[in-house]
Amino acid sequence: MTHVSVTVNGELREADVEPRTLLVYFLRESLGLTGTNVGCDTTSCGACTVHLDGESVKSCNVLAVQADGREVGTIEGMASNGEMHPLQDAFHRNHGLQCGYCTPGMLMAAASYLKENPDPTEEQVRESLEGNLCRCTGYHNIVKSILDAASQMSGARA
Amino acid sequence: MIPAPFEYVRVGTVDDAIQALSDSGDAKILAGGHSLLPLMRLRLARPALLVDIGRIDALRYVREDGDHVAIGALTRHHDVANDDVLQRHCPIVPYAASLIGDPQVRHVGTIGGSISHSDPASDMPTVLVALGADLVVAGQGGATRTVPAGDFFKGLFEPDLATNEVLSEIRVPKTGDRGWSYVKFNRRAQDWALVGVAALAANGSGASVALTNMSDRPLRASGVEEALSGGADAAAAAERAAEGSSPPSDAFASGEYRRELAKVLVRRALEEANAR
Amino acid sequence: MAVAERYVGKPVLRKEDPEMLAGQARFTENLSAPGMVWMSVVRSPFAHARVGAIDTSAAEGMDGVVAVFTAADLESEWGGPLPFVWPITEDIKVPVHWPLTKDKARFQGDGVAVVVAETRGQAEDAAEAVKVDWEPLDAVLDLEEAAKDGVVVHEDLGTNVVVHWSHGGGGDQSLFDTADVIVKERYLGPRLIPNAIEPRACLAQSVPAMGEFTLITTTQIPHIARVTLGGTCNIPESKLRIIAPDVGGGFGSKLNVYAEEALVLALARRLQRPVKWVETRSENYLATIHGRGVLHDVEVAATNEGKILGFRVKELADMGAYYQLLTPGIPELGGWVYMGPYDVQAYWYEFTGIVTNATPTDAYRGAGRPEATYVLERAVDALARRIGKDPAEVRRMSLMAPFAEAKTSIMGLNLDSGNYPAAFERALELAGYEELRKEQRARRESGDGRQLGIGISSYIEMCGLAPSNILGALRYAAGGWDACAVQCLPDGKVVLKIGTSPHGQGHVTTWAQIASDTLGVTPDDVEVLHGDTSVAPLGMDTYGSRSVSVGATALHLALEKIKDKARVLAAHELEVAEDDLEFEAGSFHVKGAPDRARTIMDLAVSAWHAHALPAGFEPNLEATAVWDPPNFTWPAGTHVCIVEVDTETGATDIQRYVAVDDCGVVINPMIVDGQVHGGVAQGIAEALFEEARYDEQGNLMTSSMTQYLIPAASEMPSFELDRTETPSTTNPLGVKGIGEAGTIASPPAVVNAVIDAVSHLGVTHIDKPASPERVWKAIQAATGGSGGSRSERGGASGSPPRASGGAS
Repeated sequence: MTHVSVTVNGELREADVEPRTLLVYFLRESLGLTGTNVGCDTTSCGACTVHLDGESVKSCNVLAVQADGREVGTIEGMASNGEMHPLQDAFHRNHGLQCGYCTPGMLMAAASYLKENPDPTEEQVRESLEGNLCRCTGYHNIVKSILDAASQMSGARA
Repeated sequence: MIPAPFEYVRVGTVDDAIQALSDSGDAKILAGGHSLLPLMRLRLARPALLVDIGRIDALRYVREDGDHVAIGALTRHHDVANDDVLQRHCPIVPYAASLIGDPQVRHVGTIGGSISHSDPASDMPTVLVALGADLVVAGQGGATRTVPAGDFFKGLFEPDLATNEVLSEIRVPKTGDRGWSYVKFNRRAQDWALVGVAALAANGSGASVALTNMSDRPLRASGVEEALSGGADAAAAAERAAEGSSPPSDAFASGEYRRELAKVLVRRALEEANAR
Repeated sequence: MAVAERYVGKPVLRKEDPEMLAGQARFTENLSAPGMVWMSVVRSPFAHARVGAIDTSAAEGMDGVVAVFTAADLESEWGGPLPFVWPITEDIKVPVHWPLTKDKARFQGDGVAVVVAETRGQAEDAAEAVKVDWEPLDAVLDLEEAAKDGVVVHEDLGTNVVVHWSHGGGGDQSLFDTADVIVKERYLGPRLIPNAIEPRACLAQSVPAMGEFTLITTTQIPHIARVTLGGTCNIPESKLRIIAPDVGGGFGSKLNVYAEEALVLALARRLQRPVKWVETRSENYLATIHGRGVLHDVEVAATNEGKILGFRVKELADMGAYYQLLTPGIPELGGWVYMGPYDVQAYWYEFTGIVTNATPTDAYRGAGRPEATYVLERAVDALARRIGKDPAEVRRMSLMAPFAEAKTSIMGLNLDSGNYPAAFERALELAGYEELRKEQRARRESGDGRQLGIGISSYIEMCGLAPSNILGALRYAAGGWDACAVQCLPDGKVVLKIGTSPHGQGHVTTWAQIASDTLGVTPDDVEVLHGDTSVAPLGMDTYGSRSVSVGATALHLALEKIKDKARVLAAHELEVAEDDLEFEAGSFHVKGAPDRARTIMDLAVSAWHAHALPAGFEPNLEATAVWDPPNFTWPAGTHVCIVEVDTETGATDIQRYVAVDDCGVVINPMIVDGQVHGGVAQGIAEALFEEARYDEQGNLMTSSMTQYLIPAASEMPSFELDRTETPSTTNPLGVKGIGEAGTIASPPAVVNAVIDAVSHLGVTHIDKPASPERVWKAIQAATGGSGGSRSERGGASGSPPRASGGAS
């Protein structure tokens, strides 16, 4: 067992884990944060996307020990003070989710991307989601939601 | 799935990493982990020990060094893709880095890890071969050796690395105003190249062309280069793109198709490089 | 007070979203129980192998291992084999399918043993340590080869040819000999892997002293699972509770009852501990059903002018190694729409089901109807090419005329209503069809390296499954009704318990909209409960685009009962005759005196405290209704796909996608559009990307998401949608269903577009998926290049083990 301490959604969390423990199972099973889903075993689907030091990563392909001493952000920490993040709100208003399984990963991927590029084109949003698979929405409303959120967020900054 | 059990050690220096590798008969280096961990999860790899070099910050840099740019092996694809020095002096490298995997993969995966994996379907090895880059390998007792990229990739998943050596630096020549192109043909953006082509236009020295996924290692398109130096135009030279290749036939495409694709993509890459 | 606003027809935002967006969804994998142990299944690495000795001793000695069981160890647990409920003919041969196989593995992934351990990792480690003495046998994968019985998958059946079903035909069969034009085509529909992004999972718990069991599982069909698993596991239905919590997509793959569900129940009983199993994705590719896997021969009879006279279709259908719940019923479901939206004079369809050494097939989004539509719409384009006519013109002259009342079609069932020309013309208008053809001509003349292709697909779909009497005639084991119970609570809220079981379709919102309009409340006031057989015990679940037309009709009827009951109470309280009351927006008022009124929710309070009820009036305002539809519903529409094909590489790029669908009356247009988006994307994936491929030994080559190419947003276009609205005559709501339409319509639209783009080069055929290589080879073959050659050097060396979607 190896001891890890990770700041998750702003709170320091510690546990003893097997070195082989994937970050996603540390979050889900050690910390009970089940919002991050697992959809594949090949780093393909992106359902498990979380933020590591503020950037999107696939938590099924990072060991918990690699996150030791670092900051992890998950879907559970996305809203603040009871207010949905503009991306969450935009997904709701634009029907950007159906079964909801890929949704946390989509949201975390999009949040990371909008930090890099706050004013993307539709094509850029589509490219930014190359590592996130959805089987329900055909991506149409996911892309629409992210573009909507980007414009809401830039409106809020202006 | 999750990996089979293993021991884990995190090291703070390259020397410690090499010591740990030497001490264990069955260790693997963990950098970003984005080639290794997927194999371990499917239990296609099951090392007894992982030596985590991910915190050796000294291996994370991009800096000018005379007529070269030196890239620390632990520099992430994301950082390579967005690096100003590279954009200015060797733009084919950041461009190719931006095509690797997906954003999440690029946020974790490292240039050194990707190269050390020696996968002929990877983009960066091809680019380094076309560039004539040098790879710096650290070994026991502080020793280092420099290997030309063209010699480093010895076969499928077979880099020129002893079990107790670590790739520490990638040195790419500045390309100045030399035209360049990397053309990646794949079915989905997140996939490996079905075929990829790195091309650098003639500029003093001859044009340089290398291919991704056309052999068991990145393949220099010598026939194309020869034709170009003999005065052939891009279209005529590209006809020789598949010479000496041995592309795989797999679930994605036949070797036959890959050979024909290589010709089309080489022509397009040369045209783009010449126009840039 | 009553709410005047109507919700039906409005894009009401989903009630389902907040928990999903907050990461608080209740997916099966998120749930656990005290004392829970993990199951892992030991699966055959071979497609066909005799199972010799199984040595479990090493596994049993490993850390955390609770038990290891083989098929023989668990035989006493079973009341019968895994359920198969659709023996479509009297003489069908039915392979016996146990939760674990004892004698032979018949597909790669067939389970032979289970390991139970304290943690997920320990279970996986120990499963690897179970040593099985395999004797590999020759495998048979190809349908025509399997039909020769050189390798027989089930010796006791004596043959792989297990079922032959014929529709029997309709109309004048001699047309297939006498028509001006007969076009004969052969189309291959590869196996597809459904890929709900949530893999399967299940968790069984028991109360041993009571003999009670609860199974939480990723299913579309908790009710069907209860009755069938009860039989397999020897548990009375009354003692078995099935819960489908939030379910992360289904697409037919969770319209099934699986070995693992039976196994966790049996192990929970044997071990007296909760047992959980979570499928990995690679496991999903082997152990969860595949779809399609068909080979069609089609003949189109037509006049010289292009009027379609008839279709005659013969199909070989891959059943896989066993039947799952419905397997041979899937082609049969398609067997009723091989006339499409066309006014034909002759109809023939038959299929032969063949067992192979591959994962069982079963319902995959559309189930039989995408297969049919693909064949018809490809063949219509082939006809147009044959006679040198525009494919739009051939369709235009052959579509059925509009009909508002039900009428009998040539295949013998009643169509509920239809206006196929309206959707067709609207789709062409939206696409700008004539302009596109001009652009196409210009590119052809200039020899552009990127050629434009336009593909059309007009479809009709049979859904709203199903009238029970017809299901009976088709030898399906159950009925096709559904049920809903509505309770008006004294606090002004409404509880609605329904037998449909959604997995992304937004039922909670849609049903709340319907209830709100009748009861005069808002959707926020309506709690929709579903997916738990103890909460909503009556139901037939969600599949086949049935939920709105069958389930919501049951809801509507329950609301009508509540209204009728409330009217009695309103008349009593207002001291008038019932006939003197008018009903509007959830409220009764006295005719001519709108102030003298009682809302339904007021009446719910009186009915609950029951202080002053009319004689014989049962306390509480609640009602249950069960609806057995008198007919199917028949959505229809036309889709147009516009592609660019790179003639040098064969790569296809979708430029635009236009869909005009008619699903009858629309309750929530936002949700309906979303269903079309997702369905179309799945069909585009089928047309261009996806294909489950096996090697000759029966190893699944596309064994993970890195090889099985599910497109991402980066590979998809935006969609342009419109609708026509022809109310169904099957149900009082006028609704038809929209869950499968996109997947039914889109594959032929896309493949037709790809072929159209290069047809001027002489290309007439490209199989699904129209990969760059297939397109390139078709061009090479048509233009006399070398690309059509099959004698390639190098051979199939296979891919190196490359396990992720990126690089380190």
